[in-house]
Amino acid sequence: MIRALFEKTGNGVWISHLDLMRLFQRAFKRAGLPLTHTQGYNPRPSVSIALPLSVGVESRCELLDFELEGERVPMDQIRDRLNAALVEGVRVLDVYEDGRKLKELRCLHCQVRLCYDRGVPAGAADQIRALFGREELLVEKKGKNGVQEQNIIPMIVKLEVGQEEGQICLDAMVCCQEPSLNPMQLSAAVERYLPDLIPDAVSCCRIGLYDQEHKVFK
Amino acid sequence: MDEKLRRILPTVQKPARYTGGEYNEIQKDLKDIRVRVAFCFPDTYEIGMSNLGMRILYGVMNQMDGVWCERVFAPWGDMEEAMRAKDLPLWALESQSPVKDFDMIAFTIGYEMSYSNILNMLDLAGVPPRSCERSGLKNIVFAGGVCAFNPEPLAEFIDFFSLGEGEEITPQIISVYDRAKAEDWTKDRFLRQVAQIPGIYVPSFYRHEYNDDGTLKAIVPLEGAPERVTKRIVEDLDRAYWPTKMIVPSTQIVHDRANLELFRGCIRGCRFCQAGFSCRPVRRKSAEVLCRQAVECLEDSGNNEITLSSLSTSDYRELKELTDRLIPYCEANRINLSVPSLRADNFSRELMEKLQTVRKSGLTFAPEAGTQRLRDVINKNLTEEEILTTCANAFSGGWDHVKLYFMLGLPTETDEDVLGIADLVYKVIRTWKEHAVNKKRGLRVHVATAYFVPKPHTPFQWEKQIEPEEYLRRCRLLKDHFYSRSIEYNYHAPDLSRLEAVMARGDRRLCPVIQAAVRNGARLDGWDEYFRCDLWQDAFRECGVDMDFYTTRGYGEEEILPWDTIDVGVSKRFLRLERKRAYEGKITPDCRQGCAGCGADKLLKEVGCDDQSPI
Repeated sequence: MIRALFEKTGNGVWISHLDLMRLFQRAFKRAGLPLTHTQGYNPRPSVSIALPLSVGVESRCELLDFELEGERVPMDQIRDRLNAALVEGVRVLDVYEDGRKLKELRCLHCQVRLCYDRGVPAGAADQIRALFGREELLVEKKGKNGVQEQNIIPMIVKLEVGQEEGQICLDAMVCCQEPSLNPMQLSAAVERYLPDLIPDAVSCCRIGLYDQEHKVFK
Repeated sequence: MDEKLRRILPTVQKPARYTGGEYNEIQKDLKDIRVRVAFCFPDTYEIGMSNLGMRILYGVMNQMDGVWCERVFAPWGDMEEAMRAKDLPLWALESQSPVKDFDMIAFTIGYEMSYSNILNMLDLAGVPPRSCERSGLKNIVFAGGVCAFNPEPLAEFIDFFSLGEGEEITPQIISVYDRAKAEDWTKDRFLRQVAQIPGIYVPSFYRHEYNDDGTLKAIVPLEGAPERVTKRIVEDLDRAYWPTKMIVPSTQIVHDRANLELFRGCIRGCRFCQAGFSCRPVRRKSAEVLCRQAVECLEDSGNNEITLSSLSTSDYRELKELTDRLIPYCEANRINLSVPSLRADNFSRELMEKLQTVRKSGLTFAPEAGTQRLRDVINKNLTEEEILTTCANAFSGGWDHVKLYFMLGLPTETDEDVLGIADLVYKVIRTWKEHAVNKKRGLRVHVATAYFVPKPHTPFQWEKQIEPEEYLRRCRLLKDHFYSRSIEYNYHAPDLSRLEAVMARGDRRLCPVIQAAVRNGARLDGWDEYFRCDLWQDAFRECGVDMDFYTTRGYGEEEILPWDTIDVGVSKRFLRLERKRAYEGKITPDCRQGCAGCGADKLLKEVGCDDQSPI
């Protein structure tokens, strides 16, 4: 199994998970890197993306696992050939073998930016800091069994609130596997509990992946 | 990207269709550009990116030095609402520039029900819809596609139409514009000059006069315009431009695969079919060129599927050579080869078995009519025996799903013909009972009936469309004769097909109707979730135009027809003769069995019609 670390930025953020799988399958073909296929009635190319990313969210730490047919191709060559065959906004940063088992992946470092067109309201950063200091924050989560409320506090490992020109930045480490917290839920908590601080726009970016011991996951 | 758009994108469905940036998208530096063309498709991205003509012409225009052609599609309803709320004008995907900034705005029109989208897109772009409201050289609006073969319902909106195949004429149009812009011509001077190009129809150069009964009295050419404009064709398809570096969408589209065009035109001559007559003469590509293009296309795009497209694939003379060469390549590279629109003949059956891609589920036939008598009237020479033999083979090979498509309201149709459909369906079920290998899985038969729409440039161009109530009565009659639980019967609602019939054979008096409907909110009419018949009915009432005039009235053979100015190659004399043969129940053999003299061969100067010699 070979693993690629790739980023999804710019126009790339609007490509959905399923479309991205198709896009990679074609990019491998264009790059002359034949993927192995699953067995069975409908053989499928063996590519999988670790944590499906919501449409609109940027990421610098996506993982793609795949296997290639034929002779071994040097890893940096795979990276370069893929990049030549990919679209703007999807770029492979690194390709390596012997990636760790995905089940050892635990935490996600992310940034959520709350944008205020008329400037950040006074005292906003303090109010938000206090909010995430609570013991319980219930946020609605849409799941298979309809909308449910969940307490997001236990899934926030660390969270810092920073302020920049016109925006509040939530820099957070959250759980990303069993259980997992979608970083957009951080903004949903602000919107629910602090209605005066509902932002005009929200952007979200995945920065890095970590294991149980908060070491970089590769 | 515009900040307004960035804010809208997270709130709409499938945002990737609005951003551009796909593989093989053409980017150019604006400082090298003299002519900017906004190439608009009057439907969504998923439909428009599946259109082969648009892909060819995108390549053709972008090959030109100093010209940048960009794509524009109709936004889905949620996006349109957001654009109007946030005051975001329609933009082109490549540069993200507003359409209003472009020199030329081109539309390719293949479906009458997209007329409202054309006006709505111009409105979203902030460009006045009527030609006379656009005075300068900026925002010249022109259009092509099969609907341009009766351009009259759009006559007041489109500055000029480009008739027929666009590979050669489009660069000629743009060159004239390039010169006009450099020399600062008036719009009128440009139109007069562009009208000199064979295949260009400028509607404002013709005056339509009407009789008291509403029929056309005269079409008067003005400004020295020709009495008839003949469509353009590409004679040698092997040497014609073909885009092997095609845009690969980053989001799923309707036909999400590579495409090969085997030939243009059709040898069959089904009397209801507009493409069958208006795309003549038959010209093909050689298997050798097709194989080379297939490999280039597949390697460049990374697609894992390729389809052989044409009006009737089984009629391609070198189909065996082509598939014999393509199948091994496709198998070695895990590529699905899909071969649609095969006829129910022996070779096609063998081919279907050879193709690994044919999943053992769907088998589709379009007998169009239920009795042999009516199939002879429409010249659809598919026999009951062919259908049942193919079904028998398929059922014994494990297939358990058949789709059958018919039309109701065809000329001379009686209740006996309608019930003939039920009869044929039961014969298919009986065949399954005799040949099925696994009866436990059951059989599914999908039957669909469409409401016959008479189209211009066909032998049925003068025919009446039956009343919507009568169409529904025939649908119910048929439904009452389907007892088997294996049958699933769907029929099209009549409203849309009635409107389609009005537009297809419409004249200039429909221009204000279309404008009123769009003002009332009509758009995306081809989509069930948006089509609103009431908006159209109000528009017809407002403008005092009677729909029945264009549908149930029928046109007289001696009447001047709105599309008489347009010559697609097939003569009116031939269409009259074919209509007569239809009423006599006489079939006309296909072109290979002998030339029926349709007249389209006169468009050819370099090669013969349906050339038999190997190239």
